[in-house]
Amino acid sequence: MKILKIDLSEYSYEIEERDDLEDWLGGTGLAVKLMKEEIDPKVDPLSEDNVIIFAIGPFTPAYPLASKTVAMFKSPLTGNLGESHAGGRTAMAIANAGYRAIVIKGKSHKPIYVVVENDKVYFRDARVLWGIADSLVVGRIIAEREKGRGMRTVMRIGGAGVKLVRYACVTTETYRHFGRLGLGAVFGSKNLRALVVIGRGSFKVKDVKAYKEVYKEIYNLALKSDAMKKYHLIGTPVNVKPLNEIRALPTRNLTSTTFEKADEISGEAFAEYSLGRRIACAHCPIACIHIATLRLPYENEPYFYRTIMISYDYELIYALGSMLGVESREGVLRLIHKVESLGLDAMSTGVCLAWATEALQRGLISKRETLVRLEFGNVENYLQAIEYLYQQPNDFYRILAEGVEKASDVYGGKEFALAFGGNEMPGYHAGYATHIGYLIGLRHSHLDNAGYALDQKITEYPPPEELVDKLVKEECWRQVLSSLVVCFFARGVYKPEIVSKAFKPLGYEISEDELVKMGEEIYKEKLKLKVDMGFKKPRIPDRIFETECTHGKLERDYIERALDYWWKKYVE
Amino acid sequence: MPKRLVTVDLEKCVGCGLCVLACSRRFGYAGNDYSGILSVSLSGFERGATVIFCRGCEDPPCVQVCPTGALRKRKGGGVIYKEDLCIGCKNCVNACTIGAIFERRDGKIAVCVHCGYCVDFCPHGVLAMKEVKA
Repeated sequence: MKILKIDLSEYSYEIEERDDLEDWLGGTGLAVKLMKEEIDPKVDPLSEDNVIIFAIGPFTPAYPLASKTVAMFKSPLTGNLGESHAGGRTAMAIANAGYRAIVIKGKSHKPIYVVVENDKVYFRDARVLWGIADSLVVGRIIAEREKGRGMRTVMRIGGAGVKLVRYACVTTETYRHFGRLGLGAVFGSKNLRALVVIGRGSFKVKDVKAYKEVYKEIYNLALKSDAMKKYHLIGTPVNVKPLNEIRALPTRNLTSTTFEKADEISGEAFAEYSLGRRIACAHCPIACIHIATLRLPYENEPYFYRTIMISYDYELIYALGSMLGVESREGVLRLIHKVESLGLDAMSTGVCLAWATEALQRGLISKRETLVRLEFGNVENYLQAIEYLYQQPNDFYRILAEGVEKASDVYGGKEFALAFGGNEMPGYHAGYATHIGYLIGLRHSHLDNAGYALDQKITEYPPPEELVDKLVKEECWRQVLSSLVVCFFARGVYKPEIVSKAFKPLGYEISEDELVKMGEEIYKEKLKLKVDMGFKKPRIPDRIFETECTHGKLERDYIERALDYWWKKYVE
Repeated sequence: MPKRLVTVDLEKCVGCGLCVLACSRRFGYAGNDYSGILSVSLSGFERGATVIFCRGCEDPPCVQVCPTGALRKRKGGGVIYKEDLCIGCKNCVNACTIGAIFERRDGKIAVCVHCGYCVDFCPHGVLAMKEVKA
């Protein structure tokens, strides 16, 4: 496999052949190995010594749905390992350019963007772009200047990344994101506005006939079975209503888990009133990217409208909707659009603002800090506050741009600062597995081990130790999927049997058992890397014990026992 | 009657690119290098997506500029590509008004020859094979 290494300090690059890394598959597994080789785990995440790795997998571009790219870096939000996955066309472009991974090191002296075109790398001046805050505009300018239409990815940061907001994201193909843990700020700290990859290429498979057959099987499974049905139709926002019904929808900084306006901002309502089109990541027949149309009149001129296309998903509706008490679809969409333009992570932004709203209510901070009166449901003021997170006009917004953990260190309100391992909370308060999942998940993401899904099935909880082992087992298998860069939404398609079968025509013999072992190995290596980076036992926010969830009020003892057990068994 | 690849409803294109991958896969390749079809966004995905491929000209400019006879007129529109005659001059690439002839990494070209393999992998009914007069 080929690895492209780019050094921004020297404006140089090299291409390495690394077949010795084949056992680590790609994606997460490969990124962990490369990260260990490339980074001093103690580096400051915003220094030039931080390293960014983009890795794809052996199934890209051979099979459908292996469309994710794994980004790994040291997170400026948590100070620990950062890992973020995005769809779009990034994986396809990197694969066709001929690489399994791209490593970016160093720091440019001045703002630049980088263009990779197959085996060439170009460094382009980005000083003119540096002051443009809107990620959509920057994306369009670069797309118009560069060639490779239809064969490329344009990964760029918005103003939030430039201003080093520690939960700034990297946006690709307008609507997909390396959202979590602050990759955008790492780009910004390296003076890197965008990375364009143009790929034209292919590889010959070993057994053409078998390859075409397995391809068809996977394709049919994805389209014709129920394995991906949920994403076919309403998309991820289909979760809003059921989560609200089972008391799992975090509302107004998790002071409630039911939202009286849930129907207004449900997936069904968005589909009926707002859905304008759907688009797909490269090599995905499902096209789960739901784009809403928002028609907004000009403020002072009659019969003038702007029509904006806005991508929405469940997590955004939670973070910028129920979590902020926003009661209308239009309000949610305007907030999403603001966050999208500036290139912020929507979940972190929502949780930070929810905390700030409650802190203001309780008098921990005043309007002197917040500059606008933050109140649940007040869209205009939240739009202004998001602008302030980007502009950082005072200490308060400078600190809030470092995340809710940091803000609550400075201003108090720790008990209702909803972060796990320093990462702001995803949109589920469904029970023990949800929160244990956030705490022990190596990315502190709901997708690490899907505890939130387990809570929705469970009727009686096993001892905490058993629950932890179950979650870790799921997370280990997901290391295989994220090393193959298979979209987690396709996990029902890519069962171990199919994965093993799909490898064969490509010339690899890997049994189901070997796959499971690989997952365990990758999990262990990743955890070791976290520990090397100074991972400490994460704090449990008090608020999760105060607000009823699907299973009533949670007991602190159960979660602490689980965390202690995990720490002793897996970390130590 | 000969058949030709056509679009049924371009507005339905979601930009998944499965047609692109099918085209190279037909020759046993995973990727886009041998693909005679390209999936693109319309200046960003805000405005949706479309596919670019040979629209089967009655009088194809690419054939006219090919110095070696590697591209010949196909019955029912479009071209037949004789790869062994192609010297990689790219005259055809420049001659095609819609940019439907693509450069391969080996210097030769990829062009749709209206085989229809991609149609079975277009999940949203954008592409189809249609009978046309010879």
